[in-house]
Amino acid sequence: MASLVGSRVERKEDTRFLQGKGRYTADINIANQTYAVFVRSPHARAKIKSVDTSKALKSSGVVGVLTGKEIAEDKIGGLIAGWAIRSEDGSEMKVPANPPLAKDVANFVGEPIAVVFAETLDEAKEGAEKVKVDYKVLKAVVDPAEAMKSDAIHDGVDKNLCYDWLLGDRKAVDEAFAKADKIIKVDLINNRLVPNAMEPRACVVDYNTASEEITLYTTSQNPHLSRLVMSAFGGVAPENKLRVVAPDVGGGFGSKINVYNEEIVCSWASKKIERPIKWVAERTESFLTDTHGRDHVTHAELAVTNDGKFLGFKNETIANLGAYARVFGTVTPTYLFGPCATGVYVIPAAYSNVKAVYTNTAPVDAYRGAGRPEATYTIERLVEKAAMELGMDKTEIRMKNFPTQFPFKQTLVHTVDSGDYVAGLEKAKQMADYAGFEARRKKSEANGKLRGIGVSSYFEACGIAPSAAVMSLGCGVGLWESAEVRFNPTGQISVFTGAHSHGQSHDTTFAQIAADEMGVPIENIDIVHGDTDKGTFGMGTYGSRSLTVGGIAIVNACKKIIAKGKRVAAKMLEVNEDEIEFKDGEFVALKSNKKKTIGEVAFACYLPGQRDEMKSPIPEGDEPGLIESAFYDPPNFSFPAGSHICEVEIDPDTGNVKVEKYTAVDDFGRIVNPMIVEGQVHGGIAQGIGQALHENTQYDETGQLMTASYMDYTMPRADNFPEFNLGFTCTHATSNPLGVKGCGEAGAIASPPTVMNAVIDALGGQEISMPATAEKVWKACKSIKKSNAKAA
Amino acid sequence: MKSFNYHAPKDVKDASKLASSSSAFLAGGMTTIPSMKLGLASYKDVIDIKNIKKLSGIKVSGKTVTVGATTKHVEVATSKDVKKAIPALAKLAGNIGDAQVRNRGTIGGSISNNDPSACYPSACMALNAVIHTNKRKIDAEKFFTGMFETALKSGELVEAVEFQIPEKADYQKHPNPASRYAIIGVFVAKHKKDVNVAVTGAKSCVYIDKDLSKKLSSNFSVSAIEGTEVKSSGMNSDMHASAEYRANLVSLYAKKAVEAC
Repeated sequence: MASLVGSRVERKEDTRFLQGKGRYTADINIANQTYAVFVRSPHARAKIKSVDTSKALKSSGVVGVLTGKEIAEDKIGGLIAGWAIRSEDGSEMKVPANPPLAKDVANFVGEPIAVVFAETLDEAKEGAEKVKVDYKVLKAVVDPAEAMKSDAIHDGVDKNLCYDWLLGDRKAVDEAFAKADKIIKVDLINNRLVPNAMEPRACVVDYNTASEEITLYTTSQNPHLSRLVMSAFGGVAPENKLRVVAPDVGGGFGSKINVYNEEIVCSWASKKIERPIKWVAERTESFLTDTHGRDHVTHAELAVTNDGKFLGFKNETIANLGAYARVFGTVTPTYLFGPCATGVYVIPAAYSNVKAVYTNTAPVDAYRGAGRPEATYTIERLVEKAAMELGMDKTEIRMKNFPTQFPFKQTLVHTVDSGDYVAGLEKAKQMADYAGFEARRKKSEANGKLRGIGVSSYFEACGIAPSAAVMSLGCGVGLWESAEVRFNPTGQISVFTGAHSHGQSHDTTFAQIAADEMGVPIENIDIVHGDTDKGTFGMGTYGSRSLTVGGIAIVNACKKIIAKGKRVAAKMLEVNEDEIEFKDGEFVALKSNKKKTIGEVAFACYLPGQRDEMKSPIPEGDEPGLIESAFYDPPNFSFPAGSHICEVEIDPDTGNVKVEKYTAVDDFGRIVNPMIVEGQVHGGIAQGIGQALHENTQYDETGQLMTASYMDYTMPRADNFPEFNLGFTCTHATSNPLGVKGCGEAGAIASPPTVMNAVIDALGGQEISMPATAEKVWKACKSIKKSNAKAA
Repeated sequence: MKSFNYHAPKDVKDASKLASSSSAFLAGGMTTIPSMKLGLASYKDVIDIKNIKKLSGIKVSGKTVTVGATTKHVEVATSKDVKKAIPALAKLAGNIGDAQVRNRGTIGGSISNNDPSACYPSACMALNAVIHTNKRKIDAEKFFTGMFETALKSGELVEAVEFQIPEKADYQKHPNPASRYAIIGVFVAKHKKDVNVAVTGAKSCVYIDKDLSKKLSSNFSVSAIEGTEVKSSGMNSDMHASAEYRANLVSLYAKKAVEAC
């Protein structure tokens, strides 16, 4: 039987998605449901003097109005930060309370203050307009670079500083810098991004008055984790009385990891008003309240020798957490960022120092790549600048500092199990026709255009798991994954996974894996996820972990099925277990060549006993049924890596930047489905080009979000991209039995510096910040013209 | 969105009878509906004019092209008659918004709304258009009076736009990367006697750049306006583009348009 792993199996989920049959949270309606509309703070920072709900309560169709006062009285807990980060001085991080409905003070535009439930959505909106909130507007803190000098937003958080974290050895770095021939310096802003999942957040809550069970349908990347958080920290309901279902979810990119205010409030309120509740975010609410990504201000330095050897690296970053610390908010700019900031290079001494600050802006959390795009941007801008200042070829300087021995002990934290960075960059050079660039540059110049080429080599630590590692770094839970394989009596198989698919195609890739393991047709396998009542438990999907952690749990559960199947088949075929071989879905008695298919064995497991022809004995010590589960906790992170090369052409008259060529060579270890992996890389690169050239989240000085719609926030579109030229190298991960590394975030990690390096190359080295919009580039072109004129 | 009464009259007379100070005419709804959804506008009566047959369609006479108010952008963009008579107008219509907008949005809606960064007003100005309403005929230069302001009175409805066919014309737009409205758009039309350079997006309302128009009237070539400095004073400055950048684009795209003529 041909292996399905490695082949371009068409997506099982496309049948429903392409026919508009996906079932998203907003598609779910429950008889007698009410509609929720939230009253949100129009101010970035304000004291809430009073909330008057009397008029709203009298408004037509309004069923109930609840405020921060009631939720506090009911002792419902707030939103949480999932990772505890310690400052360099050993002190605990400072985390303010984040109640689901603000009671005393509002800290960002869009923060929920009250909620109105009504018979119709229009009536709920009308009611919400009648809730009168008396605010005392306070001066907002908006700029992260100024936050430490501004008024403290939260009581007990001096200088708005959550932590001042250090990883690495300052003394060793100082010594390395003292030996350097040259110090390369960059000042960077990693622009804030709105994740913009296609499906806005939503929830539908159904409270069963008889069983006292709450069912929450929600747009989550991790329903079990949501249940855990709402139960343990929110106190909404005990875990056994709370069912969380994340049905089809239209994209997350990290923004649907958190349990949000609205889910907690609606779950709590449904029990209170004894009515089902439906809430669907409008796009503006998504812009205002989905967790945002990035937002770093960084100064970094690289110590080099004249022949291009890296000696030391330092990174001083201010990370904007927004108004509150959320689930991955505190770890994203620390352990997901700092260790990766030394990149794919041997750098003997390094440190990353991060000061995380609170501001009156939407909370910042993980967004595709989470910390690693910021890290890669930092080191890859430095490396490119070093090549330029040393007059070296930009690929040569990288090659010179790549590790060639694996496992590679990276400077700050990680031990990278496998990789071949030289092969990746060589392949990228070849695919991008790197050697032919100068000719293309001349051709562009002849047409009055500026052409630039940029390179970026990256690695990332993903497959976010090893519980032992993440818990030692401050994670509040272990990040293993579970799977259960249920072989039904008639031969179909349900595979339960704790991972969640919101665009990752698990229905297909996980089925490929299980089909190969058990030698059954892929059509017989259904992947089940997203319902706490169906699957055992799970940590969900983020950090490119589904395959590397969840996929292995499936493999292990399948192996247990085969192991039991062998015992049963041996009994059925009347041979010893060690005389049975399992191959292509059949248990074969080696000597007699008699066989039982896995389907026959499964059937036998459910009908133990003997009658007439039927002979299906269960071996002594075994139980009936054929259901096995596995919890998998990997020994290490996984480390995808690669090199990307981009070519841009700039029109100096308009400043328009056109991405002419984009080549990506990635090492994701073993690839389960090349078509799906290519799709993941395309999406990641698109988001990265979006960050580099288009997307920017802008608040004004009072904390109003100026880019709160697609009229003002530039989402990249298909016509902003060239055809992507993708290649792969493959060194198997040694940390898991499939040899897989994960591919979801790589595109977004590698592409921003690749594009920016190309733009800056075209501008002759002139620094420019992301996004490199037409006007910024036009201004840079003008200043180059001026300085050229002066020089002449 | 607040509740409203929906009307779909079959002729203009009935439509105008229904109109009041708290009503809105609805054509493609590309601005009206989002404004209502966002709560920025609310009306007691919404008068849908899409069913009024005489308001839709394209007619070409010897000297003019007349486009009915509810004619969709896609119809203008793909009309063989328009492509032949004023290809620049078809090109302009074909680059408005995206396919969905072009399949719903109408010329009457666009000019009645007079968004400062809409494309059509520049064509009206450069092509000496006459706006036919249910009450009168208005010259384009008197029709567009300010930001989202027109000469239309309450209950007055645009029926058609009559464009003068030029000798040559072209429209060049620098789209806002987010909305794809014009950061600036320049419509250059060479008529028998003179040249009009109409600019949208740059200021609070569409206007004729008199300096560029004059120079091109006496010598219709790129060299005639080479080096002409377009002043940035009075131009919009926002997070998408500074006045200085807009001024640069106006002069650049005027040249591009002349070149393309």
